[in-house]
Amino acid sequence: MDFPQLLEMFLSGIWGTVKLFTVALIGALILGTILAGMRVSPTPVLRIAASTYINVVRNTPLTLVMFFCAFGLPFLDIRFGSTSSFNSFIYATLALTAYTACFVAETLKSGISTIPVGQAEAARAVGLTFGQTLSQVVLPQAFRTVIPPLGSVIIALLKNTSIASAFNNRELISAMRNAIEVRGDLVIPLLFGTALAYLILALILGRVFDYLERKLVILR
Amino acid sequence: MSAPTQVLFDEPGPKARRNNIILSIVSALVLAGLIAFIIWKFADAGQLDAAKWYPFTFSQIQLVLLQGMAATLKVAVVASLLALVVGVVFALLRLSSKKVISVPGTIVLEFFRGVPVLLLIFAMFLIFGNTIGAFWSVVIGLTLYNGMVLAEIIRAGILAVPKGQREAAMAIGLRPGQVMSLVLMPQALRAMMPTIIAQIVVLLKDSALGFIVTYQDLLYQVNLIGREYNNLLPTFLVGAVLFIIINMIVAGIARWLEKRLQRKATAPVGAEGLSAKAAG
Repeated sequence: MDFPQLLEMFLSGIWGTVKLFTVALIGALILGTILAGMRVSPTPVLRIAASTYINVVRNTPLTLVMFFCAFGLPFLDIRFGSTSSFNSFIYATLALTAYTACFVAETLKSGISTIPVGQAEAARAVGLTFGQTLSQVVLPQAFRTVIPPLGSVIIALLKNTSIASAFNNRELISAMRNAIEVRGDLVIPLLFGTALAYLILALILGRVFDYLERKLVILR
Repeated sequence: MSAPTQVLFDEPGPKARRNNIILSIVSALVLAGLIAFIIWKFADAGQLDAAKWYPFTFSQIQLVLLQGMAATLKVAVVASLLALVVGVVFALLRLSSKKVISVPGTIVLEFFRGVPVLLLIFAMFLIFGNTIGAFWSVVIGLTLYNGMVLAEIIRAGILAVPKGQREAAMAIGLRPGQVMSLVLMPQALRAMMPTIIAQIVVLLKDSALGFIVTYQDLLYQVNLIGREYNNLLPTFLVGAVLFIIINMIVAGIARWLEKRLQRKATAPVGAEGLSAKAAG
């Protein structure tokens, strides 16, 4: 296997990582926002359900969550699509979403608590309901305040996608392992190249968050 | 008048209380339905049969699970201690006034902090695996990653110690090394203790990665027992509960320490900003 083939292998691995990361990110932001909303809602049942979920999943190693999704769900006959590679992708996405959503929710909740009380009071005074207050007044501001910590959660998600390699998902680390299998003489360059790819992806993400922070920061 | 504890909604009136009760019942029903669905799925797959749980009464199985737990804890303890050492060393390297020391230190730190910890474990396993084995591959991988994170935490702690402390220590004639080890470091470590423990919880959770390089930890044994007795889900649940209990105990210690330290000393500004929010 020569250099162009190795490069091609790596590029498809990077594509796999980016795909997994993007889908899981969207899922985690949605689920995390819902969980954060539940945690501050007036309904005690929802509050308790959300905080139980967050506390349990956050204290579970991601490897364990992924283990459950990849090995447990097929046992329960929960399958998606027909191909096994698509199945593995969905399992990995579910695990990353379920896990990362907890951290998104926690971050958002701390963002919500930084919003001055007057904001919500004013919203209620003009007659907005809880849902409207949350979605139109509080959450938009909370998201803007928590951009830096949310950035670290999301960069952690990028690095966490690597764990999916152990559960048959095709991404950067699995590409690296396949490459090492055929080119055992190149172990160190291959490892280093993989590390570099992750560093570049994380760097790009960091830049995006710096930009967002500059654009959206709220000065109080 | 007490300050409002809830920002988002008023003290509920009669109508809101009624709505609340209705909403509570509806959401409780939805949740119960969800749980019932999961249990039904488990039962449907035959995972709730007594036979699937019976193996846990074998002392042999209990022993294997305990061994797995011990193996997990062993990795976590050794890696935590080493990571603390690495953390102190790299915090000092980065704080060095000599550029030849601080710049390479920063580059190495950013490198190990920026890559997935699984990649570091794989690197150790693939390059040195034959000589050092799975245990040390996992320990060194975890140490490198978490050590660098701890270094940043400790560095922030040292920088947050009031300037007068260093000046006073120098004024009474302590050498720079003594200023650091006797005055600055103890204060920094103490102020940062909650954050350090939060990072150790992260390390503890990451120790489950050992399973991937065939280290015989709790998850490895869960997989083995589950396949042997065809009761993967019951074994998984038992393993998960063990993991969650360990983590909650450590997290509880962190909270207790935080409260204790808050009473005695105020944490330096910016300390929470660094708290291990990272989901890794």
